[in-house]
Amino acid sequence: MARVEMKAVAEMAPAAQTLTPPKRFVLALSRSWAWAFLALMIVFFVVTVPIVSFGAVNFLTVRNSQNILVAITPILLLGLGQTFVIIAAGIDLSVGWVMSLASVLSALAIRAVFNAGLPLFPSVVVGFLAAVAGAGVVGFVNGVIIAKLKVPAFIVTLGSSFIVRGVALLMSENTTVIGLPPGIRAYGNDALVYFIRGEAGGLHFLAAPEVSGELLRRMDRILPYPVVLTAIIVAIAIFVLRKTQFGRHTYAIGGNVEAAIRTGIPVDRHIISLYILSSATAGIAGFLSTLRFTAGSAVIGDALLLSSIAAVIIGGVSLFGGAGSVMGTVIGALIIAVLTTGLVMLNVEAFWQFIVVGVVVIVAVLIDQSRDLIIGRATRGPPT
Amino acid sequence: MTEPVLSIRKLTKRFGGLVAVDDVSWDVYPGEVVALLGDNGAGKSTLIKCVSGVYQPDEGEICFEGRLSHFARPMDARRQGIETIYQDLALANNLDVSANIFLGREAKKRYLAGLIRTLDEQMMLRESRAALESLAIQFPSLTQPIESLSGGQRQAVAIARAVYWDARLMIMDEPTNNLGVPEQHKVLELIRKLRDQGVPVILITHTLPDVFAVSDRLMVMRRGHKVTEKRTTETHTEELVQYMVGALDDTRVQ
Repeated sequence: MARVEMKAVAEMAPAAQTLTPPKRFVLALSRSWAWAFLALMIVFFVVTVPIVSFGAVNFLTVRNSQNILVAITPILLLGLGQTFVIIAAGIDLSVGWVMSLASVLSALAIRAVFNAGLPLFPSVVVGFLAAVAGAGVVGFVNGVIIAKLKVPAFIVTLGSSFIVRGVALLMSENTTVIGLPPGIRAYGNDALVYFIRGEAGGLHFLAAPEVSGELLRRMDRILPYPVVLTAIIVAIAIFVLRKTQFGRHTYAIGGNVEAAIRTGIPVDRHIISLYILSSATAGIAGFLSTLRFTAGSAVIGDALLLSSIAAVIIGGVSLFGGAGSVMGTVIGALIIAVLTTGLVMLNVEAFWQFIVVGVVVIVAVLIDQSRDLIIGRATRGPPT
Repeated sequence: MTEPVLSIRKLTKRFGGLVAVDDVSWDVYPGEVVALLGDNGAGKSTLIKCVSGVYQPDEGEICFEGRLSHFARPMDARRQGIETIYQDLALANNLDVSANIFLGREAKKRYLAGLIRTLDEQMMLRESRAALESLAIQFPSLTQPIESLSGGQRQAVAIARAVYWDARLMIMDEPTNNLGVPEQHKVLELIRKLRDQGVPVILITHTLPDVFAVSDRLMVMRRGHKVTEKRTTETHTEELVQYMVGALDDTRVQ
C-alpha cells in the first residue's frame, strides 16, 4: 500500500522526461551551446581569414593552433582555481595580481639562487616553489578572512588584490625583473615536438633541431612545455572536481552551505583550501610567464583577471554557486582565445575584441537562465 | 515499563532574562511517535535544540539511551544517533539523491595505498537504493539533482538519510509544512513506518490533524512550561487548543 502511494509521489515531480520534444531540443542545445559556438566560430574564421588576406593566411594551421594554446595557458590557469571557488559560491578577484606577484617572486628567486651558484634546473625549481608558496600565502590569508571572519569574498579579495599589487610593485621596484639566466627561456618556450614543413623537414621530438634561416621559419613548435604542464593541471582538476570527496564538498558548499555545515563537512577548512588552490594556480601562471619572457613582471596579470572570470562564466559556472565544470572553463578560455586570435587575423581593430567578448559573456548567462526557465526551475537569485 | 530512550529531567534554558524553557521533564519511549505542541514562542524549539546539541541547558539533564549526555555541538548528538530534520532539510539541491544521503560521509575507494581516494559512486548508489527501499520510497532516478524533486520527496530523502545513518531518535520540525495534502499523507506514512521499525519520533508541529493522525502521545508547552502530557487517544482538538492558548493548565492549581 505504502509502496504504491510513494510511487504516486514520485510521479508528481516535474522531471525532465515530461518535457515536450521541442523543449527537450532547446534544453539539449542550451547544454552544449558552448561547443557548438566554438565550432561555428572556428568555421567562420577558417572561411573568412583567407578571404580577407587574399589567400595569404589560413586560420587553422599548426602554428596558429599552438599560438592559441599558448595564449590560453594563463587565462586557463587563473580560471581553474576560480572555477572551484565560484562553484563553492565564492569569488577570487586577486588572481590577476597574485600572478604578477608570483612572476616577480620567481624571477627574484631564480636570479638570487642562480647568481649564488646553483645550477640552472634547481634554480628553476626554486623559482617554482617561490611562486607557488608566495601565492599560497595570499590564498591562505584570503581564505582565513573569508571563512573564519565571515567577510564577503568579493571584499576580501578586492582588498588583497590591491595589497598584492603594491607588494609586487615594491619588490620589483616598479620595473621588469631582468638579469635572469638566459637558459630558463628553454623551459618556458621549448616544445615536445618540432615540425618542419616542406623540403628537408620532418618531425623532431623533445630537443629543438639546430636549424636557421629558411628552415627555422618553417619550423612549428607543437605542445610547448607550459601548455603540457597546464594540460596536466587541467586533467588533475577535472579528476578532483568530478571524482573526489573534495570536489563533492565543493559542489555541496556552493549548493547549500547550511546543509554542508550541518552534515559535518569541514566547511571553513574547505573554503581556505579553495582560496589556496586558486592562488596557487595563479602562482603557476606567474612562474610560467617568467620562464616564457625570461623576466619577472609586476603587471603581467592585470589584464587577465577579467578574461579568466569571463572564461569561467562562458563555461557555464554559476556565479551563485553549485554548478559548473572544469571542461566548461576550458571551452570558455578556448572561445576567448579563438575569438581574439581570429579577430586579429581579420585585421579587426583590437578594441573590438573586448566588445565581442563582453557580448558573449552576457549571452552565455542568458542561455543558462533560459535553461532554468525551460525545466521550470526558479532562476536562482543572488545568495542572501 | 520499558526504559525511556530519551529522558529530560528538570531542564531549564534562559536567554538573558527570558526563561525559554522552565523546569521541563519529559520521557520518550522506544517505538512511539510523540508530538510536541505549542504556540509560537512556547519553547518547543528551544527544548528540542537542547536535545539536538544546538543549545546547552542551564539546568537539568538529558539522558539518552540510559546515559547522561552533554552535547556541546549538534555533531555530538548526531554521533549518538539523535537526528534532527529541520524544515530546510539540510539537503544540497544541486546534488543527486545518493550524494545527499552520503553528504559529508562519502564512501571512498582507495588506490596506491590510500594515496589517491575517489568517491565510490556505485557503492553509494547501491546503499541509497537499499535505504530508500527499506522505507518503500521509490524515485524515478537517484542520479538527478534533487531540485527536480517535490517537497515530499525531498522530505523522504532527508528521512532516508537519517535512517541510513542509524538514527535512534528522530526529531522532525514541522515536517508537513509547505506540502500539498497528498504529500502530507506520504510523509505521515513514513513517520508510521519509522515507528514500526522501532525508531522513536518527536514531531514538532502546530498542525493538529497530524497529531491525531500519527502520534501515540503528546506534550503541550506554553510560555516555557509543560502544561500537559497525554495519550493522543485520550484528548481531542478543542481540549488541545485550550491547553495551547492557556485556558487549561495541568500544573496550575485549579
